[in-house]
Amino acid sequence: MKKYIDQGKNDTRSGFGAGLAELGRTNPNVVALCADLVGSLKMEKFIEENPERFFQIGIAEANMMGIAAGLTIGGKIPFTGTFANFSTGRVYDQIRQSIAYSDKNVKICASHAGVTLGEDGATHQILEDLGLMKMLPGMTVINTCDYNQTKAATIAIAEHHGPVYLRFGRPKVANFTPVDQKFEIGKAVMLNEGTDVTIVATGHLVWEALIAAENLENQGISAEVINIHTIKPLDGEAVLKSVKKTGCIVTAEEHNYLGGLGESISGFLATTHPTPQEFVATKDTFGESGTPEQLMDKYGLNNKAIENAVLTVLKRK
Amino acid sequence: MPKLQELQDLTVQVRRDILRMVHKVNSGHPGGSLGCTEFIVALYNEIMELKDGFDMDGKGEDLFFLSNGHISPVFYSVLARKGYFPVDELNTFRLIDSRLQGHPTTHEGLPGVRIASGSLGQGMSVALGAAQAKKLNKDSKLVYTLHGDGELQEGQNWEAIMYAAGKKVDNIIATIDYNGQQIDGATDDVLPMGDLKKKFEAFGWDVLDIKEGNDLEAILKGMKEAKSRTGKGKPVCVLLHTIMGHGVDFMMYTHAWHGKAPNDEQLATALAQNPETLGDY
Repeated sequence: MKKYIDQGKNDTRSGFGAGLAELGRTNPNVVALCADLVGSLKMEKFIEENPERFFQIGIAEANMMGIAAGLTIGGKIPFTGTFANFSTGRVYDQIRQSIAYSDKNVKICASHAGVTLGEDGATHQILEDLGLMKMLPGMTVINTCDYNQTKAATIAIAEHHGPVYLRFGRPKVANFTPVDQKFEIGKAVMLNEGTDVTIVATGHLVWEALIAAENLENQGISAEVINIHTIKPLDGEAVLKSVKKTGCIVTAEEHNYLGGLGESISGFLATTHPTPQEFVATKDTFGESGTPEQLMDKYGLNNKAIENAVLTVLKRK
Repeated sequence: MPKLQELQDLTVQVRRDILRMVHKVNSGHPGGSLGCTEFIVALYNEIMELKDGFDMDGKGEDLFFLSNGHISPVFYSVLARKGYFPVDELNTFRLIDSRLQGHPTTHEGLPGVRIASGSLGQGMSVALGAAQAKKLNKDSKLVYTLHGDGELQEGQNWEAIMYAAGKKVDNIIATIDYNGQQIDGATDDVLPMGDLKKKFEAFGWDVLDIKEGNDLEAILKGMKEAKSRTGKGKPVCVLLHTIMGHGVDFMMYTHAWHGKAPNDEQLATALAQNPETLGDY
């Protein structure tokens, strides 16, 4: 199996901060907005270098989304920053009417997604955001897996015209994708070719999928691992090509199974190539306080859960 | 003053457009539209500095955002008669495959519209973003908005009102259609909002009243004054005292015609009170 090296644990939100800082230097139209979470979103560098292009909104996310929509009128490319919960559910109608329906070029950048936010608990651990965002017509939905990919994605979405939801997280995780990668929106990344089962993972679950594939290899099972960073538009072609070879699929995400990546894939496969599928995702539940590791374990979101799902789906082939 | 007569003629014609549009599809919002007819006519034909044609960014011209999107009939009529799109297109209001949706939208590419509105309370935030983009672009033109008074019950407005003053967004003139009515009745009965002038002032805005909000001369004078107060570190609010349903006697002073179209007989009566001036579409 192909080996991936952790270049040193880092948080995906820092990848966002680094990407935003680079955009500040290269694209004069990029502006940033934050609702009182500058430190959490790692936006300090951009602000330090471009104070006139930063808008501190205060704790008023609805107003932030509207202001971002307005800034596009005049040619700006606004990047909003707050937690995933306050980037989506709290401001759904503002995004729906003022951004998505109005086709505004706003980049909604959301940190602290999922249970790995940890000790703050369920009030802040949104597990429904991918579903909320992917249901909006015209919205591009991206969930990155490590520091390097998040930085590359942040830079790439500035070049894409239209509303984007970019989701990332709080904890330091393995940083294993290439530092010089070109991020292609809507294009799945093949991480390991295999023949027995397809594992499609997004976000923090991608590294876990690689560990699971290695453990499975030791049991004589050949797992193909695909990183789907773009939930919408979905790279159906990559999924189809893989399941035609392996005959079964496991989807893995830090999100409710309702509304997430797995649901998108099952919907796609149901109409193209019905395939046995198992979901590694939360099972219609809220999270709770705990360490990220404890929560990933309790809610079945780690390499062990992926491995078990593979063993289950193989029996259904 | 010949210009005033031209505006007056246009106002009557727009009123006819509104009535005929909502009558044809037996839906839409005539009350607020009629109440704001003089204001929108004056805004587009005398107050705002506009370029020819339409582009989304609107650099180098004044911008207008209609936050209370349900009064789309008056907005569409004024835009069409200003030349943004063919006047005949008013025939398609609320019909399938039309660019004139029930509430204004950019989605169908209708020239003159820069944001969707209808779900209330969002327009001021959008306008503040556009105003700040103007500042970044070193564009000295202004941003105008219109909001319903009942619409101020939506909390997002107060986030925006606080922000505008706190961040000294002084290139915006936000006008409140102060007619005291909303769908379920008088605003004082549905949810009393207290002294709006004092509320805006307490948030740090410069506020002025246009007491005769259905009088073109009063509007022109008041908006000129409002414009003179921009660029002084404070956002400017205009409380435009209007009469819902103005210009059609049986629609005035009531919330009954907020979202109801006239029948054939009522239309005939209403049109007779507003004789054709510039030609019906």
